[in-house]
Amino acid sequence: MSRDHVLHRIRTATGRSAGQPCAEAPAPLLQIPGVDMQARIQMFAQAIESLAGKFHRAPTPEAARAYAAALIPETGAIASPAPLLADCGITQLPGVETGITERRALRAACARAGLGITSADYALADTGTLVMLSSPREARMISLLPPVHLAVVSAANLLTGLDELFTVLPDPAAATSAMVLITGPSRTADIEQILVRGVHGPGEIHVVLV
Amino acid sequence: MDPSLDRNFSKTIGNAALQEAIYSATGRLVEKRRSALPAPAVFESWREQARLVKQHTLENLDHYLERLEANLTARGAKVVYARGGGEVADYLAGLAKEKEARLVVKSKSMTTEEIHLNGLLEDARLEVVETDLGEFIVQLARERPYHIVAPALHKTRYDVADLFTRTLNVERENLPEKQTKIARRVLREKFLAADIGVTGANFLVAESGAIVLVENEGNARLSSSAPRVHVAIAGIEKVIPRAQDLAVFLKLLGRSATGQPLTVYTSYLSGPRRAGELDGPDELHLVLLDNGRTKLLADRNKREALYCIRCGACLNHCPVYRKIGGHHYPWVYSGPIGAVITPHFMGIHEEPWLPYASSLCGACAEVCPVKIDLPGALLKLRQETVKAEVGGVHGRWERLAFRFWAWLMCRPRLYEMAGLMISMLSRDREGAGWMRSAPWLMNFGPLRAWSAGRDLPPPPGRSFRAMWRARLKSGKGD
Repeated sequence: MSRDHVLHRIRTATGRSAGQPCAEAPAPLLQIPGVDMQARIQMFAQAIESLAGKFHRAPTPEAARAYAAALIPETGAIASPAPLLADCGITQLPGVETGITERRALRAACARAGLGITSADYALADTGTLVMLSSPREARMISLLPPVHLAVVSAANLLTGLDELFTVLPDPAAATSAMVLITGPSRTADIEQILVRGVHGPGEIHVVLV
Repeated sequence: MDPSLDRNFSKTIGNAALQEAIYSATGRLVEKRRSALPAPAVFESWREQARLVKQHTLENLDHYLERLEANLTARGAKVVYARGGGEVADYLAGLAKEKEARLVVKSKSMTTEEIHLNGLLEDARLEVVETDLGEFIVQLARERPYHIVAPALHKTRYDVADLFTRTLNVERENLPEKQTKIARRVLREKFLAADIGVTGANFLVAESGAIVLVENEGNARLSSSAPRVHVAIAGIEKVIPRAQDLAVFLKLLGRSATGQPLTVYTSYLSGPRRAGELDGPDELHLVLLDNGRTKLLADRNKREALYCIRCGACLNHCPVYRKIGGHHYPWVYSGPIGAVITPHFMGIHEEPWLPYASSLCGACAEVCPVKIDLPGALLKLRQETVKAEVGGVHGRWERLAFRFWAWLMCRPRLYEMAGLMISMLSRDREGAGWMRSAPWLMNFGPLRAWSAGRDLPPPPGRSFRAMWRARLKSGKGD
């Protein structure tokens, strides 16, 4: 009822009639700079560090596993069942819980764990951003509830920035119910504009590029 | 929580601590924004593009809303429309009853502030908890947000310490870091127990069918993903055509609001959890709110006020906002954008002074990421206020005064004599450089109302005309 009322008011205000075709929207403004991989990695590392995140380049899967192993706290870690994490041998590390598929149990495990380990579908070099697509292999909560987040990213998926992301993925809804861009640790400046990290999400973020 | 106007400006202007809080916080936001801007030509191309996209979408708003609805519905979300706050509250109350829900967690949303949703839901016996740190603080203090982006901008850490000890029954902590930890602990329990999560929306993507949330703390992610039911409440003007348009809007919003190239979290939500996905809500509802927006849409002169992406940059740069703060504005939207949109929602008869709460310096338009002509809109509002004669007797006196002024300006000799007279009558006797009290002839009737709140610089010893004549005589004038 309100639907028809509101749409009618909109049409009256804009002088349109129901079902009237719409002119083409202005072409999107997307500019992808040409940046080679070496420069991309450098940019990415710099952006993450400027956000108080930790960047680590792992030449081999074993090196990624060693980095992860050193981070696992006494409270344990929870890892998503992502192929990249299994390939690196991270899901098999002692103290790492993985493979929980029941939602409530998964949420409880994330709330308990001192470290959340995920992969990332893409990363953006210029802003130091992780692009996470929710799927059967990646949960929304693992990168959110634990106080520390470790993300392992394949260098092949390192994009220059937002413009390239929306070129590679013109419609994220086709791939997932939830795409989340993560740029640094959770933060606030709500009290006196003073920066505090780790409000509701992780206060510490580690990114390993393999 | 009282939405009515507090005209006692001196309460804010005379409070040195509050002045310092507002001035330094907005100053830091101005500085952060400036340091995050790209080359001027690049920034200008983003602004121009954002403006074009908003203009196009609003001209075809019914089309894009129908596309949005069709795409979201196809992925299992429910889309409803609401004319005003009452309908939003009724819908939520009905939903809560159906789900046997008691606890609602909310992430920061100006749209829900605008309809006083919390009060309406509390009337329906629901517990509503604000989860953005700033909103949590103002909710505990039972106030309304001071600023579009920084709701607790007026509170010092000591105010927060007092508030937390009084309302949360915790040890007193003066450090923002410790205070944030307290809020995290209290709110984490609420997130895990909540039945419904309510959020606003920064953007709605029509061709994809998606709700976009932009934030730094993670509370919008939690509100939209932890409870079984997620309800997003958004103004109808939030829609944009494609996901690809976000590239420009996200770059503009983060930089303009807090000087971040990208905020910490950007969520792109296109429906409830899909088969096989590990978590996410079972249900997603989108409430599309009118609440006066179609009235603004019909006003061709000021329609562009609907382009606003709520970054708050115009507040931070406004000399009036930086002096009087956010609580003297009659509605939840303060600063220049508040002064422009409020009359459409409340009527110009309610607060005729509002369009005058601006020096028309133009700083707001210069920083606006979607290039809204805010000073132009304020001028038009002034015209409408005068035409509607809501100014009453002042309007008549003012017209008379200006007619006299025009008459005088056309008569050079008379003008010069009048100037000489005023200058003689108003010598700066105290030598303070400013006249603390107006000369007797400015101290009666409507003039008194005008001069009561203003200091005047004393007129100079020699008038411009006298100096000009002397210059001509000495032969330097050509």
